Amino acid sequence: MTNSNFPPSDIYIIGVGMTPAGEHWEKSLRELALEAIIQARQEAGEITPGALYVANMLAPVLSRQSHLGALLADFAGMRGIEAVTLEAAGASGGMALRHAVMAIASGLVQSVLVVGVEKFSERVSAEIEAALSTSGDADFEAIHGVTQTALAAMLMRRYQFEYAVPEGAFAGFSVNAHANGAGNPRAMFQRPIKPETYQRAAMLSEPLNMFDAAPLADGAAALMLASGDAIPADSSYPKIRIAGSSAAVDAVALHDRRDPLYFSAVQDSTAEALSQAGLNRDQISLFELHDRYTIYSALALEAAGFAERGQGWKLGQDGNITRKGSLPITTFGGSKARGDTGGANGVYQAAEAVLQLQGRAGEAQVENARFAMIQALGGTGATAVTHILSGSETP
Amino acid sequence: MMETPQINRMLKPDRGVGIVGYGAYIPRFRLPASEVSRVWRGGSGGVPIEEKAVAGLDEDVITMSVEAARNALARSGIHPGHIRAVWIGSESHPYSVKPSSTIVAEAIGATPHTLAADWEFACKAGTEAFQAAVGFVGSRMADYALAIGMDTAQGRPGDALEYTAGAGGAAFILGPEKQSLVAVEGSYSFATDTPDFWRRADEKYPEHGERFTGEPAYFRHITSAAQTLMESLDAKPSDYQFAVFHQPNTKFPQRVARDLGFSGEQIQAGLLVPRIGNVYAGSALVGLTAILDIANPGDRILLVSYGSGAGSDAMSLRVTEHLTSRREAAPSTESYIARRTEIDYATYARYRGKLTLQ
Amino acid sequence: MEVSSHWRVRQQRYALVGEVCPSCEVKIFPPRDVCPECGDEAKTHFQFSGRGEVYSYTTLFDAPQGHEAQLPYTLALVKLEEGPLVTAQLTDVNGTKLEVGMPVEMVTRKLRSDGDRGMLVYGYKFRPRLQAA
Repeated sequence: MTNSNFPPSDIYIIGVGMTPAGEHWEKSLRELALEAIIQARQEAGEITPGALYVANMLAPVLSRQSHLGALLADFAGMRGIEAVTLEAAGASGGMALRHAVMAIASGLVQSVLVVGVEKFSERVSAEIEAALSTSGDADFEAIHGVTQTALAAMLMRRYQFEYAVPEGAFAGFSVNAHANGAGNPRAMFQRPIKPETYQRAAMLSEPLNMFDAAPLADGAAALMLASGDAIPADSSYPKIRIAGSSAAVDAVALHDRRDPLYFSAVQDSTAEALSQAGLNRDQISLFELHDRYTIYSALALEAAGFAERGQGWKLGQDGNITRKGSLPITTFGGSKARGDTGGANGVYQAAEAVLQLQGRAGEAQVENARFAMIQALGGTGATAVTHILSGSETP
Repeated sequence: MMETPQINRMLKPDRGVGIVGYGAYIPRFRLPASEVSRVWRGGSGGVPIEEKAVAGLDEDVITMSVEAARNALARSGIHPGHIRAVWIGSESHPYSVKPSSTIVAEAIGATPHTLAADWEFACKAGTEAFQAAVGFVGSRMADYALAIGMDTAQGRPGDALEYTAGAGGAAFILGPEKQSLVAVEGSYSFATDTPDFWRRADEKYPEHGERFTGEPAYFRHITSAAQTLMESLDAKPSDYQFAVFHQPNTKFPQRVARDLGFSGEQIQAGLLVPRIGNVYAGSALVGLTAILDIANPGDRILLVSYGSGAGSDAMSLRVTEHLTSRREAAPSTESYIARRTEIDYATYARYRGKLTLQ
Repeated sequence: MEVSSHWRVRQQRYALVGEVCPSCEVKIFPPRDVCPECGDEAKTHFQFSGRGEVYSYTTLFDAPQGHEAQLPYTLALVKLEEGPLVTAQLTDVNGTKLEVGMPVEMVTRKLRSDGDRGMLVYGYKFRPRLQAA
């Protein structure tokens, strides 16, 4: 599983774009994608991408639209380049980024445009739930009426049972995300919440409440990547280097995991990405993790090695994960406050990390951010894609 | 018209046949008859039973038959692959076309070397399947056959039937008499064209002839069947420890028992209608399972079903020495009755699909 | 309308028929033909007892399209006596106090209906264990 000699050459992000996350009633899938693409290409200047990788999870079901590669390349005025969709459920964004990195590293392509786009609001909730359940095992999970929320709720209950955590143990993740979302003009929710708001929240699926779950949002984010030699020498853009890139999978169905409370794909991909970057965990300035549900934040922190098993929730409670803490997470609000943009999440994470490393994060800025770890998860952690991004002045 | 020929009227196969396994199923929801009365009569007037069993949202004749059949298999101790016929009598098959029986056969592991069919004869479809299974095994065409009578009975909202139309039934594996828990001494079937109750194709609820369902229908058929069988066997009511008759309400089986010369005590164990309602094709059969749960070796049981349209199957049964050791292998009928969750009329209306959702 | 996808898994669905690995005797559900423990081919059918205990559970008030008819319903991860964990609904539990570790048994129930005209899909659910007799 180790990628030897990574990276074979320097690969950089040289432009980012993001639409606000939310309910974009007046914009279609392609319009959203286009908006993000235009921003990223403007930042990247003269470079024309050799390929377009689209990250998307549910367009064939929700928008009756597959073949997004050709569609978006056409509408973005890039007929003639190669283009394809990468799908790994909620990890699609991370996976598209990784494929861009691999394409450039292979030397076959000099620069790649990655766009993550998801358009949930085309459908009503029961249809969206049915679409989302396709990321699990159709024959042995979805047929039983499983929802993503129910699976997370069962993990949360088991976690509470095994580790005897106090009531409200997961509140910290939600409070932190909303506090950070207040500094993100593109966030769906830009108001901080009080711990009491979390405690009073209505149950979605016990023990998981409304503030344990991220809202689904339409959105698109884009990245321009290029190899070092493809970037004009006079470019003044503070380019961001890909220092580590790794993906790993676990069983798709929770019931097929050796230990449902341990995200082994997170462990595998995190360890590999850190090793490629030559970094220790305490050198990570911020961690954009997958926080579709608060329990996932705790499990991701544990499997990524930032907390002992059964202790991940404490990082949420003791201030460590805030922008001023030792391990800031979800610095722009994460899925919880920015909005969960499905297959686009991983691309938003990358774009947000780029802004942090460039010092362009505004109110959301984490001071002295040098290395950002970003991690996209698909399904209940069946796919984990981890990247480490490094600011330009670093080795 | 020619005279009816003189024949030996009793049905008795060459090879001795008996019940080698039996199982009941009754869903857990109960609708008190007073609820129906509350909604449709302002609570005034008497009610024909105390309460009836109602199937849950995920239950139907197929799921209920699977559980009863599994109980029968557990008591029989035989491998399901030996079962050569799976026959289900019901008025509530979930599909109009597509057998319930193949689904049940698959679920219990009896496929593919088996006959499978659904039977319809109003409330005697279950005993009809039972009779056929006796013949099938008795002829040595097969060693084992499964006969099920099961219903989620229909009654139009506000109709007299709505008080009683319940859910439940029973499954029986017929096999060679030597291994049986209960031997079939003989049987008899009596049928005429008597239109007392029917449901037309594509209609949701049955129609009935009110008082016409009594004398010329229920009483004539049951009495004729019972008397003919007892005469053929040279038996009299006092020879039986137990009797069970089709039970559309509490009064009919009580009266027909009295008319035939049976006591209240003899029918008590099998008289489940006050507590679970009229479970149509499962009615007499689930009464029989309640009797088998308490009967002793040597006890004789008379069962007479009644199906509208109309006919009766009468069976004379004798408990063997194997029953007592096998009956603990599955839940008793009483334990299903005791597993009780009361619901109100609104919940009942939802569970039975009486709410229009679109 | 879906037909063959349900038909193909009917034995697993109706009766919890899984597999046993001929090499290391691990019991496998859902069947996958390759032993997850030792990697050997494992195609020998195995009939699970249906007994297990609740590993975790939750009740849903919002369902994916096609599952609304039975709302609210309770889902569980059930640890089977023979080892595997399965995802299934708990049934016959309204009014029952649920807890992690409670003993349950398999029953075959209606999972969903493919509209008014399509197939009825039956399969395993679990309920609090009944005492035999």
